[in-house]
Amino acid sequence: MGAAPTYRGHFGAPQAERLLWRAGFGPRKGEAEALAKLGLDGAVHALLNPGFERLVGPKPHDSKGRPLAPYDAWGHDHCWWLDRMVRTSRPLVERMALVWHDWFATSNAGVGSQKLMLEQNELFRKHGLGRFDRLLVEVTANPAMLLWLNGTENTKDAPNENYAREMMELFTLGADRGAYTEHDVREQARSLTGWTNRWSSRRGDYDFHFDETRHDTGVKTVFRTSGRYEWRDACRLCLSHPKHASFFVQKLWSYFVPVPPDAPTQRALEAAYRSGYEIKPVLEIVLRHPVLYDGPRMTKPPVVHVAGLLRRIGAGITTDAWAWIGSLSGQQLFYPPNVAGWDDTRWLDTATWRGRWIGVSQLLYDRRLDPSKAKHTADAQTVLQRALGFWNHPALSERTQALLLRFAQSALSDAGSQRWKQVQYPVLVENALRHLIAMSPDLQTT
Amino acid sequence: MSCDECSRADVLRAVAGRGLPAIEPGMPAPAGTGLTRRSFVARSLGLALAVYGAGRLGLFEEGIAAAAAAPQQPILVTVFLQGGADALSLLYPDGDPLYRKLRPHLAVSGGTVFVEDARLSWHPALAPLAQLHGEGKVTVLPAVGYDHPDQSHFTSRHFWEVGATDTRLLTGWLGRYLDAAGTPDNPLQGLSLTGSLEPTLATAKVPVAAIDGPDQYDFWSPGVWGEVEQRMLDAIGLLGHTGGSDPAMRTAAFVAAQADTLRRQLEPFAGDKLTSAVAYPAGTDSFPKRLQGLAAMIAAGLPLRCVALEATGEYDTHAAQVSALGPALTTTAASLYAFQRDLEARGVADRVLTLVWSEFGRRAKENGSGGTDHGAAGTAFLIGTRAAGVQVGEFPGLATGLDVDGNLKATSDFRGVYAALLEQWLAFDAERVLPNASSFARPTLVK
Repeated sequence: MGAAPTYRGHFGAPQAERLLWRAGFGPRKGEAEALAKLGLDGAVHALLNPGFERLVGPKPHDSKGRPLAPYDAWGHDHCWWLDRMVRTSRPLVERMALVWHDWFATSNAGVGSQKLMLEQNELFRKHGLGRFDRLLVEVTANPAMLLWLNGTENTKDAPNENYAREMMELFTLGADRGAYTEHDVREQARSLTGWTNRWSSRRGDYDFHFDETRHDTGVKTVFRTSGRYEWRDACRLCLSHPKHASFFVQKLWSYFVPVPPDAPTQRALEAAYRSGYEIKPVLEIVLRHPVLYDGPRMTKPPVVHVAGLLRRIGAGITTDAWAWIGSLSGQQLFYPPNVAGWDDTRWLDTATWRGRWIGVSQLLYDRRLDPSKAKHTADAQTVLQRALGFWNHPALSERTQALLLRFAQSALSDAGSQRWKQVQYPVLVENALRHLIAMSPDLQTT
Repeated sequence: MSCDECSRADVLRAVAGRGLPAIEPGMPAPAGTGLTRRSFVARSLGLALAVYGAGRLGLFEEGIAAAAAAPQQPILVTVFLQGGADALSLLYPDGDPLYRKLRPHLAVSGGTVFVEDARLSWHPALAPLAQLHGEGKVTVLPAVGYDHPDQSHFTSRHFWEVGATDTRLLTGWLGRYLDAAGTPDNPLQGLSLTGSLEPTLATAKVPVAAIDGPDQYDFWSPGVWGEVEQRMLDAIGLLGHTGGSDPAMRTAAFVAAQADTLRRQLEPFAGDKLTSAVAYPAGTDSFPKRLQGLAAMIAAGLPLRCVALEATGEYDTHAAQVSALGPALTTTAASLYAFQRDLEARGVADRVLTLVWSEFGRRAKENGSGGTDHGAAGTAFLIGTRAAGVQVGEFPGLATGLDVDGNLKATSDFRGVYAALLEQWLAFDAERVLPNASSFARPTLVK
């Protein structure tokens, strides 16, 4: 096994910041500098081995100051997780939970229970940096997933292929790679029969269990092997398939790097994974890879953008508006658009861009500066530096800085010779600059 | 287990209604809640065009101005009934002896007879469409679908959106049409009026736009007003110039530029008073408001070519079908009727055809929960003064017209419908848009 390439350049605060964005939700004040001091090896090790979770910062509440009710109140599920992303001391654990939520994309639109969705979410946190074989088994028997992909409607008399197909197509092997046939789909569906649950109008769906009498006990032939397979065998057969490792590492890589791995990297990733379905060794290669630091930028998913802005200024969740803002921005947590998850190549369009704008409005509302309290004039460069300081001085390209400065200069020149405008406009411009900085392509991407 | 999807969905809706968030002072309304939706001011063509000339930077202004000044193009509007609308209720086979046997609790009654096939009657809620049909402005497809029907919402909807029974296609059928026939500088050529991009319009090359409604595309920032606010709005266009060489940065800048252009284009539609010659259904539902805005945009000469909307209602009626379907169809049909009359009153009706579709119909035999399960062939309508107004595909009958799963068999293919619309309405070669287009018969859809 050849070793994968490792980043050898300078590992300073900018590199540490990019690592924190790709493997988390961006830095809090001083975090990038502190991580840079550990060096690349130390930084990656710290992210992969974060220890116990500490939640740092103000506790979340809704717009009326009440605690969140994530099992019950509409949108509080989204806000509850967003808060975790903002306050966690284990950003990679939460980021991986987001990866698995997208990978095993289950929508509450088909499940109808925030409680079941959050229980599934806990699996992604518990196994997110562990072993994929265990995660797959847990997800296969998970109530939210059983409802979402009709696992409880899959019986020996009326097989339902939904989970069997997606397990191979989206979760373990990939479509159009010659890994499985339609016959394999039907046979895997038979292996997966037997799950059921009860329902009542008061409790909703409950009591999920395997019922032997609903299970097809016959011999199945999958990937040219035969046996009296059941659901654990269905998982095992996918995991031991020769085309699983290549699919797995490519898909995982794609969440962190926008261009495919080269051949030596691909081989190293597969070798790391094959040793025992461990997720961490694969991530270690990804997070140490030169292309993560030198390569092209990625668009931040909407919740990552928002969580990162909140982390930057040390703010917490003070409204449940984040749920509908997430929806306007194209990412309401627990409601992926379909079983294939969110389309990471299409985060931005004119509607979702406006959704992000509204999110920034929400964040800035309580922090807006009052122009009537201003006493002094200020020039464009000063105002720009103040607005950058509000966001803790994010790195902006020279081009972006020049355009923002041009905006500030023209807006301030509108004041003309009127004294009140000369005093108040710098404040209005500073408010506007905070908004424009957060919406700049520099902060939408990382 | 015996629980049905729909009661769970009902519970969810109830919770969603209760839990909607409070609006902060000055915040724009969230999509879909209708809390503070403003109505439109439909201004003159001159004013709308003046917006194009007023901007300082927009990347697309010249393209849009050129497109708006060019000879006016036909417009295709698509309206999606989400969830699989029940064909056997929309045009119900009152004259089929099996109907009441299969639908003992759900059989519809009280509608007028469909004159092209007396076995069928219009759902009473569709009376406005029946009236337009009587004027020769509605083509009815009573059983439209495709071979080997897929009963998954996701898959079947995807097939209709991409215009092929191919799960791998990523661009919409109208998106591919715009890639081939559109321009690189006019995002309004493909307009999604649902708050996010409808996959039907997904392109690979040219820009398209997604908005919640023409009066909903404003940008507000706390503590910014007056001259500075105007400068800030212009600066959104400046962000469009920040891209540089990185692909993700370029995309983010490109979308900022699109947002800037769109805001300028839609500026005349942000206002407080509505002037429309036609009454649309009242209330908070977004569908009639979006159609009303669309009519105003078309009349104002905005260079639209393909527009996608979703109708009022949720048509996945696994349970409580009667109480769910009536109100949804009532608002949908009344809105489509008002839209048609509005276009006629504004003198632009000959430029617009509206295709109403759903991903599939529903099982002929009702289920045990007062509803129906996923089926195969469904109903589609094509509405407009230029619609041929002649039924496409016969109603197959319940005695011999059901497949092995008990679902209505298709007597027309949606890909043939798309090919006909491309060729007869948009005057474009369907072979360049639809895979294997030559294998589908084209019905006559346009007169």
